[in-house]
Amino acid sequence: MYEWDFSILWAYRWLFLDGVIMTVSLTVAVVLGGLAVGLVAAMGMLSGSRVLKAGSLAFTELFRCTPILVQLIWCYYALPILTGIELSPITASILALSCYGGSFYSEIIRGGIVSIEDGQREAGLALGMTPALAMRRIVLPQALRRMVPALMNQSILQFKNTSLVSVLAVPDLVYQGQIAAHDSFRPLETYTAVAVAYLAILLPLTLFVRHQDAKFGGAR
Amino acid sequence: MNRAMIEIQGLRKSFGTLEVLRNINFSVAQGGVVALIGPSGSGKSTLLRCMNLLVTPDSGRISVGDMEFDFGSRSPRPRTRALAAFRARTGMVFQSFNLFGHLTVLGNVMEAPLRVRRMPAGAARDLAMAQLSKVGLADRADQMPHTLSGGQKQRVAIARALAMEPQVMLFDEATSALDPELVGEVLATMRALATAGMTMVIVTHEIAFAREVADRIVFMRDGLVVEDGPARDVIDNPQQEATRSFLSHFHATPA
Ligand SMILES: Nc1ncnc2c1ncn2[C@@H]1O[C@H](COP(=O)(O)OP(=O)(O)OP(=O)(O)O)[C@@H](O)[C@H]1O
Ligand SMILES: [Mg+2]
Repeated sequence: MYEWDFSILWAYRWLFLDGVIMTVSLTVAVVLGGLAVGLVAAMGMLSGSRVLKAGSLAFTELFRCTPILVQLIWCYYALPILTGIELSPITASILALSCYGGSFYSEIIRGGIVSIEDGQREAGLALGMTPALAMRRIVLPQALRRMVPALMNQSILQFKNTSLVSVLAVPDLVYQGQIAAHDSFRPLETYTAVAVAYLAILLPLTLFVRHQDAKFGGAR
Repeated sequence: MNRAMIEIQGLRKSFGTLEVLRNINFSVAQGGVVALIGPSGSGKSTLLRCMNLLVTPDSGRISVGDMEFDFGSRSPRPRTRALAAFRARTGMVFQSFNLFGHLTVLGNVMEAPLRVRRMPAGAARDLAMAQLSKVGLADRADQMPHTLSGGQKQRVAIARALAMEPQVMLFDEATSALDPELVGEVLATMRALATAGMTMVIVTHEIAFAREVADRIVFMRDGLVVEDGPARDVIDNPQQEATRSFLSHFHATPA
């Protein structure tokens, strides 16, 4: 019978804290980056231009249909060779995860926008708004409300996907866990603690989303 | 004779192979009220939507006030900004109200003065409240649209269009989506506007209202203007067989 001893983890508390900070900061970056990428791709798909449409579609499918782990490694090792621009592991991670998340966000955003009746946009245009203003002030705010649950879900995936950046030696929670495990020879306690840390951060968030969903979803 | 506020010449529009408007010509004098009637699918909505360029005509010329657009193979497509400026001067009221669901009643009416005319917030609010008072809904300013009745929604939509201080108002079956008992309040609002001298084009199936409020009636069928004359003459004594046959459906059931 294995004897659990979580007290050994106390020695690594600062290591874990650094990991949590890195993971949370990365998540903030790749959620914002992913939303920006997704918004641009969604606008491209909805635009009248055939070139923009095809470009956005190609981008979305490329990142949706390849594994994120491959994208991370490719961004770090292959991209600098092709472009001649050195990328730090963190930059490469943010780039890959933003594009990966963006390819999913874009579908959510596009779906949210087309779910708003065309009469809303037309009423805006009829008042003298430019198409861009009608999109920004009339369509997007209403679409966003409908998108919130799906966007939150995707952001939760973004959060968990940051755990893959340890392959590029980015010192996130998982990477720090690996160090602690090697150092202490206590992988069971260490990885249990890592899992609990992810759960402790995410659970309040998902409960909050459920609560909001029940509150606003019922009002419609 | 007043000068023409709206002038339409040689207007054509097809959707694919379907010719929806075939050489439409007519004008509306300043302060004039024209009712556009005709069977379903005759192109009334398309014509109205061409008048504020929500639909781009294939060819022809449209002028409203001092703004004019030419369409055709040789004319360049109007720029986005020019289109927006044109639409800002032509108010449009839709059958389905199309109130902005995320804004309060006041927010709906203020939005365009604030964002399009770039008025300061205080002035936009005053203007919006004045327009809401005009349609009798100042006390509903802070409500959300979904809490209003259909008739109230449509009156807010009218106030919203009026807040841009348009030169003309276009109504596309403004009362068709309303329960019968709510039609009256919207028609009363439109009547008051007409009396106040607004230039209006009204697509409607309310023949009695058209006869009373409009000074001219344009009857359309299959994308053509079939008959165009003083309201009472066209309703009481139609010259064309098509007009007679269309109006007979309405006389059969007393208004
Ligand atoms: N965007 C569009 N694309 C294709 N066809 C269209 C479009 N808009 C209108 N049409 C067609 O053009 C014809 C005229 O439509 P329109 O809406 O102008 O008629 P209407 O006189 O307003 O009819 P109703 O009284 O039913 O509102 C119809 O056959 C309609 O199906
Ligand atoms: Mg119609």
